[in-house]
Amino acid sequence: MDKIPVEFTLNGQKKQIMVFPNDLLINILRDELYLTGTKYGCGIGECGACTVFINDEPVLSCLTLAASVNGKEITTIEGLAKGNELHPMQIAFLKNAAVQCGFCTPGMILTAIALLKENPNPTEEEIKEYMRGNICRCTGYVQIIKAIKACASEQNKVKR
Amino acid sequence: MQTNTRILAKEFEYLAPKTLDEALNLLNVYKDKQLKIIAGGTDLLVKMKTTDLNVDYLMNIKGIEELEYIDTEKGLKIGAVTSLSYIAKEKKVKARYSALYESIHSIAAPAIRNMGTVAGNLGNASPAADMIPPLMVYGAKIKLLGKQRERTILVEDFITGVGKTLLEPDELISEIIIPEVDVHSGSAFLKKSRVKADLSKINCAVYIIREKNICKDCRIAFGSVGITVLRANKTEHLLKGKVINSELINRAALEASLEIKPIDDIRSTADYRKAISRTLLKDCLDLAWSRVKN
Repeated sequence: MDKIPVEFTLNGQKKQIMVFPNDLLINILRDELYLTGTKYGCGIGECGACTVFINDEPVLSCLTLAASVNGKEITTIEGLAKGNELHPMQIAFLKNAAVQCGFCTPGMILTAIALLKENPNPTEEEIKEYMRGNICRCTGYVQIIKAIKACASEQNKVKR
Repeated sequence: MQTNTRILAKEFEYLAPKTLDEALNLLNVYKDKQLKIIAGGTDLLVKMKTTDLNVDYLMNIKGIEELEYIDTEKGLKIGAVTSLSYIAKEKKVKARYSALYESIHSIAAPAIRNMGTVAGNLGNASPAADMIPPLMVYGAKIKLLGKQRERTILVEDFITGVGKTLLEPDELISEIIIPEVDVHSGSAFLKKSRVKADLSKINCAVYIIREKNICKDCRIAFGSVGITVLRANKTEHLLKGKVINSELINRAALEASLEIKPIDDIRSTADYRKAISRTLLKDCLDLAWSRVKN
């Protein structure tokens, strides 16, 4: 098996690397590019811990071939903050105690950002429905839902 | 067998054609080799991580723009690599193909729906595939392309067993064709699963054409209760041409529970599936019936 070239944008920066055909995006991000915010949870697409954005859409990096991201834009949890300024969703998670061990958190935050982009004012039911692919073992989800609601109302305040 | 889902242990050659022509050429060149087509990868990569599946060449068709479209002029024509979330956002799907819309929303979670495709759901041919019952009741067909040929097959005929289809090694699924629904029709899809993000214990799709109180035509399909998705032919026959009332629906529900062929597996038992199929059919029929616009 020979390595093949892949070119993509990662958190705003152009990258050009060589990967094996069977390299998974999650492992390239974590092991080769040292971005360990994206977590390995189950490897089969059921927990959401490996969520990243590809062209602004949440996808599962444990089921994405690194070779397949050629020409795409990838955003990981590390790409949300602007310098020292956290993303509003990150702030909401911290302010509402939605982070315990933190393992599910990157996936939760990215998915929640995608939710608010699609539906800026979701009901609790809509939040639970959208977030159902992200599993948490610590919080019982209550504070996570609260954080998402808080972020939504913050963002809607700003719009007015 | 020890599985390691952190990595893909299999070694293979990666092919990424940019055009349909290129893809068909490659399929022809590699038709005697172990070549698998990948689009979203949400089923295939899981299989490659957890089973003995032998893959020497992996051909990624997600990059073929010619295969990504929804044509709503007559019925629905959906390109093979169109993502499920994109399909669910198409207004005509929500408005006229309720069963398909509901089946897409019942699948996993947003991330999976951003990656997954209808062609993949069909090609993977799991009896639990959620989009197959709706596609069956709408009379959907799929187009298979090879280098020198093209054929169109009913979804119902395409799938022959668990993970088995009529797809030849030198073919790919290029398009899903769903006919226009009748003006006086309604459809519905229901699914029972452990949690909402899970695969189904049982699912059901109904398409019904109504004239006042009479069922002019109806099609019913059940998933996860046989080696393929089943059309409930006897149940349909009970209802066709008859006045719909609760007594008839109850009889149909009983017939459906006798028609399906469920087994005990990791998700549920045959007994539970038979029992719940009655409620599922009743609810699904009621919903589809009530959705018919007068």
